[in-house]
Amino acid sequence: MAGDNVKHLTDAEFEEYVLKGDLPSLVDFWAPWCGPCKAIGPVIEELADEYAGKVQITKMNVDDNPTTPGKYSIRAIPTLILFKGGEIVDQVTGAVGKTQLVAMLNKVA
Amino acid sequence: MANTDYQLIILGGGPAGLTAGLYAARDRLKVLLVEKGVVGGQVLVTDWIDNYPGFPDGVTGNELIEKMAAQAERFGLEVKNDNVVKMELSEAVKKLTLESGDELTCQALIICTGARPNKLKIPGEDEFAGRGVSYCATCDGPFFRDQEIIVVGGGDTAIQEADFLTKFAAKVTVVHRRETLRATRILQEKAFANQRIEFIWNSNVVAIEGKKEVERVKLRNNEGEEQEISASGVFILIGTIPNNEMLLLEQLGADKFGFIKTDDEMRTKVPGVMAAGDIRSKTVRQIVNGAGEGAVAAIAAEHYLSGLN
Repeated sequence: MAGDNVKHLTDAEFEEYVLKGDLPSLVDFWAPWCGPCKAIGPVIEELADEYAGKVQITKMNVDDNPTTPGKYSIRAIPTLILFKGGEIVDQVTGAVGKTQLVAMLNKVA
Repeated sequence: MANTDYQLIILGGGPAGLTAGLYAARDRLKVLLVEKGVVGGQVLVTDWIDNYPGFPDGVTGNELIEKMAAQAERFGLEVKNDNVVKMELSEAVKKLTLESGDELTCQALIICTGARPNKLKIPGEDEFAGRGVSYCATCDGPFFRDQEIIVVGGGDTAIQEADFLTKFAAKVTVVHRRETLRATRILQEKAFANQRIEFIWNSNVVAIEGKKEVERVKLRNNEGEEQEISASGVFILIGTIPNNEMLLLEQLGADKFGFIKTDDEMRTKVPGVMAAGDIRSKTVRQIVNGAGEGAVAAIAAEHYLSGLN
């Protein structure tokens, strides 16, 4: 079902799941009050289905999890960061389209 | 007319594109809306809308767009997420090449690609984008709780968002290059009455500085005197530039800023190609006239397809 492949991350899970994970991860930093974040939600769900087994597609609510966004100096959302082997491969801010995110994901998939 | 994939293709899913789509779908045209990002356009970054009729208590940008999209979908508007990279408009059959590699043909085209925030083009602006430099108060305001921030601009957007940002920030300083605001009166009155807003007139921001994040901005006034003020956020709300990268400006007809010129029926110089919304050359850029132009453009497209003009 749509959205089942999106992992909702907490600060506590971030290091183990993203930085030490076997697969690359895309983290969508978002908040419920952010219109553009809501707007890209369906795109993130589609990507999670399409990249299942290749890239971990995750979301982190910045209201509930302040530590990780602080660590990456995130002061604008939606910000999407692509990680591989614990390092940032690419990042983008704003309600970008699916084609741009696909191009980003294909760098690691 | 020749056989094409669609009778009408609409580029862009902001208020103009969604309204054009609503009208075209209700007219039972074979219509497709192509949106490169997500539907909504600049409305999505507007926190609160008090001047769209029919919403006496106001409405959020997000809710207004959800309703517009739902209304168009109710009449079967098809939406495709892709980006046009090339267009051929000279013949009766118009050809669009998309980023995905798909090629689409249509008989009529409505361009509603909109506009995006203008940049200051100063040192530090790109470097600190997303780390203190913002173009969207509703997206990023809550990151500046109890902090001191700058808003650059003097129009409706700058003044409305300066007021909105005082919900979070300890102090908002509006830096404006003139000594009067262009914003509509009711917004000015609210901002002048707001204790947490200060104004610095006749000044430009010339640099944004910091280490990892924004820490201060450098201002220069019209006499050439410079000063630094500390700020952790800089919201740049100084008008818009057209999303015209993929458009054939010379063929379509554009003004010196790159906005598309049309007649009163939203028709460009190219038969069968209309433009509506913020991409049009015009003086008033409001949601309500964007939507209105979308309706006019859809009707013009229908007339063109019927061979009426």
